[in-house]
Amino acid sequence: MTPTYYLLLSALLFTIGAVGVLVRRNAIVVFMCVELMLNAVNLSLVTFARLNGDLHGQVMGFFVMVVAAAEVVVGLAIILSIFRTRRTASVDDSNLLKY
Amino acid sequence: MLLAQQGAATVSTGEAVSFWVLGPLALAGALGMIFARNAVHSALFLVMTMLSLGCIYMVQQAPFLGFVQIIVYTGAIMMLFLFVLMLVGRDASDSVVEVLRGQRLWAGVLGVGLAVLITGAVARSLIDVTDQGLAADTANGGRGNVANIGQLIFSDYLFPFELTSALLITAAVGAMVLGYVNREQRGRRTQKELVEARFRGEHDRPSPLPGPGVFATANSVATPALLPDGSVAPESLSRLIESTTADKLAAERESVAGTGPAAGTRALAPGKEESR
Repeated sequence: MTPTYYLLLSALLFTIGAVGVLVRRNAIVVFMCVELMLNAVNLSLVTFARLNGDLHGQVMGFFVMVVAAAEVVVGLAIILSIFRTRRTASVDDSNLLKY
Repeated sequence: MLLAQQGAATVSTGEAVSFWVLGPLALAGALGMIFARNAVHSALFLVMTMLSLGCIYMVQQAPFLGFVQIIVYTGAIMMLFLFVLMLVGRDASDSVVEVLRGQRLWAGVLGVGLAVLITGAVARSLIDVTDQGLAADTANGGRGNVANIGQLIFSDYLFPFELTSALLITAAVGAMVLGYVNREQRGRRTQKELVEARFRGEHDRPSPLPGPGVFATANSVATPALLPDGSVAPESLSRLIESTTADKLAAERESVAGTGPAAGTRALAPGKEESR
């Protein structure tokens, strides 16, 4: 086994996340799939840091986590406010920008 | 030369074992997240994936990132997801209706294509890579992982790090703005106005729904209210909780109506002793 296996795992996780974004209808589950894709990229960043023997990849993974946290907070607030006005969390039902 | 490089790229047995345990766990969690109908189950499967990834980070000489992954992702972000799921409602499951025809099929085809593309590129480009490693004498050397990452963040990456603080403050303010509901401006209606609105027909019925346990022998939410003739009031049934079926309540209804078998003289509750 070589460290390339981590990259294969990361690629598979990213693919599963992308398929989930395409398939699922619940906005919250779609959001979780986006999180899975970010995690997959983080795994490859950590693996690259280990392969290259310096810490820049890990620092990049740290920044990805910070951005993901901010994104989750704003995204969930948007989903909640949509749910408050439309009483639905399905991505199919939200086809207007307002009301 | 090539053989030597490949020899350097192999990992230790312990790491291989932990990879073959944690990797399938992460994959199973990801697949479970996609295929679970219930959104709460999806969230819990994603927690499993993220925990496995955190352990994989620690195995790959990134202990700081591994702990941050477990604390921030599984601890904070996934709990936030679960809170929002509870707010939106447990029954907010996915609809099985396909709005676009053949969407699942094409998504599957695209997914397989993407997987083949990425894994092919990765496998070809990294087939004889040299693993430098973060051993004790290189990047992690001397002071350990956390101190070195801290030095990098506060020297090379100082400006991006400051920018993330601005991003976090913006996100917090944005969440507060989006989540805030101004109840005062919407104008609260007084009780009199509400009563008039009810009788004008703005609501489905003028009176509130019958509460559970009204005219029944229990006050549990799972017990339906009974109408005066002994039948179950359909409006009192909770959508979310499976209500007690009517035939389960038959004996109690008889005892309330007085048509059931007479209680024994030493019985504590009517009808209980005869049923044994």
